[in-house]
Amino acid sequence: MSIRFDQVSKRYEGGREALSRVSFELADDEMAFLTGHSGAGKSTLMKLIIMMERPSQGQVFLQNQNLNRLSRRHIPQVRRNVGVVFQNHQLLFDRTVFDNVALPLTVAGYQPREIGRRVRAALSKVGLGDKETRFPVALSGGEQQRVGIARAVVNKPPVLLADEPTGNLDPDLSAEIMNLFQQFNQVGVTVLIATHDLELVRRMGLRQLTLANGQLTG
Amino acid sequence: MVKQQTKGASTHSLGVTDKVRSVGAHHRETCIKTLRDLLASWATSLMTWLVIGIALALPAILYLLLSNATSLGGGFDGSARINLYLESGSEAQALLAEIRALDEVETAKYISADEALKSFEAETGFGNILLSLPRNPLPDVIEAKPVELSPAALRLLTTRLSSFTGVERVAIDLEWIERLFALLALGERFVTTLALFLSLGVVLAIGNTIRLAIENRRSEIEIIKLVGATDAFVRRPFLYLGFWYGFGGALVAWLMVQASLIVLSGPIEQLLDSYQNQFSLNGLDIITTFALFGVGIGLGVSGAAIAVSRHLHTIEPG
Repeated sequence: MSIRFDQVSKRYEGGREALSRVSFELADDEMAFLTGHSGAGKSTLMKLIIMMERPSQGQVFLQNQNLNRLSRRHIPQVRRNVGVVFQNHQLLFDRTVFDNVALPLTVAGYQPREIGRRVRAALSKVGLGDKETRFPVALSGGEQQRVGIARAVVNKPPVLLADEPTGNLDPDLSAEIMNLFQQFNQVGVTVLIATHDLELVRRMGLRQLTLANGQLTG
Repeated sequence: MVKQQTKGASTHSLGVTDKVRSVGAHHRETCIKTLRDLLASWATSLMTWLVIGIALALPAILYLLLSNATSLGGGFDGSARINLYLESGSEAQALLAEIRALDEVETAKYISADEALKSFEAETGFGNILLSLPRNPLPDVIEAKPVELSPAALRLLTTRLSSFTGVERVAIDLEWIERLFALLALGERFVTTLALFLSLGVVLAIGNTIRLAIENRRSEIEIIKLVGATDAFVRRPFLYLGFWYGFGGALVAWLMVQASLIVLSGPIEQLLDSYQNQFSLNGLDIITTFALFGVGIGLGVSGAAIAVSRHLHTIEPG
């Protein structure tokens, strides 16, 4: 089992309950959508998986490992196993495309030659093979998003999370990005995509987890 | 499932030696990159280096002057001599040999009453008065030069010397030396206190500079934490920043000390010439130079470590 939530609740300071008693499982080769209105708890759920937040109640398992049992110093190791694509890209604008994509490998201590090989492979996978020396500002929104995707998959993590990856993109670009995610899923990566683009979800015909007011409804 | 495991393994494929090598490589890269960044914005960096340099140079110069003064204290001829006035008819040469054999005595010299009279005549011109006396009133004297100059050691030596048979009286101007040593001790205390305060200032200045650097790179820190950077990885560039601030500050301080020595040495040597002293101002030797750089780097890294421990963990992606 790749991701398992067991009766997970998350209450923020101030009493707002972002998630309440959420339970679900995601198999190793599965790809699913996480839908719901903004504020329904999608981001909180994803933050729990990469230990940006800790559950108030219940347990989160990643690759059969109980995240509750892990201390602060294990967080880097968890995050190296989960690629994350953010809505706002989270790129470093003072570094080249190559350096941005190389980041997960650099922090994990890969050798420069290995980094070069993997970064080029990831960039050509997302169709940006010719843009490695550019800076992110010189790229379009869709291209920046693909840099973010290349960075998320460059160290071949078993789990890929995407938070509104098509939020600002037109339908053609969205389809292109979804196609990329499907390709990763086909080689065995567990993919969970948070989105409120219901049309897209319907078209893809994949499993759908729906959050409403912090509760899983479907 | 099987596919999963091989894939999972590929992210953990770094062996221990690879890890050590890669951490070493990251140290090297970070060290060079932080210096390059500092030099790229050299005007801002220079300001920080100057602040640290001045704070280090001031106690360093005072310390140098003080240690020069200490070595000078021993150099004043005569003042540190112990005179042993001998009883008339004592075995002067045997006594001289005995005193020379003492560990605490560097050299000893015998001056007979006749010699003393002659030199008294020559120096003062009052020889006639003495000649008019029925006999030479001056005693035989042994003049001993002590190895150690501290008042305590001198007092001990004086007591010991007065116990020798044939010694009538031991004379030494202890008060003068005691005063000098008290003054030097006071100076040392002053320089130490000043150095402590200024060190605190350096730590705070560097800490604050590093805090700003951390603030400036907030989003970068969040992102590298998100992609799995360890705390040590995140901390490293800031510690090297502290290292270079300390190193640069020490370099500035070294230059300032050398410059002030050049300015001060002329007047000081002139002053000391008037005390018939062949004296040259001792500059920074290798050990002091190393100490200066060690202190600078130590304070730099400490300041950075404090800033990092206080501010870095408050930056979490979210």
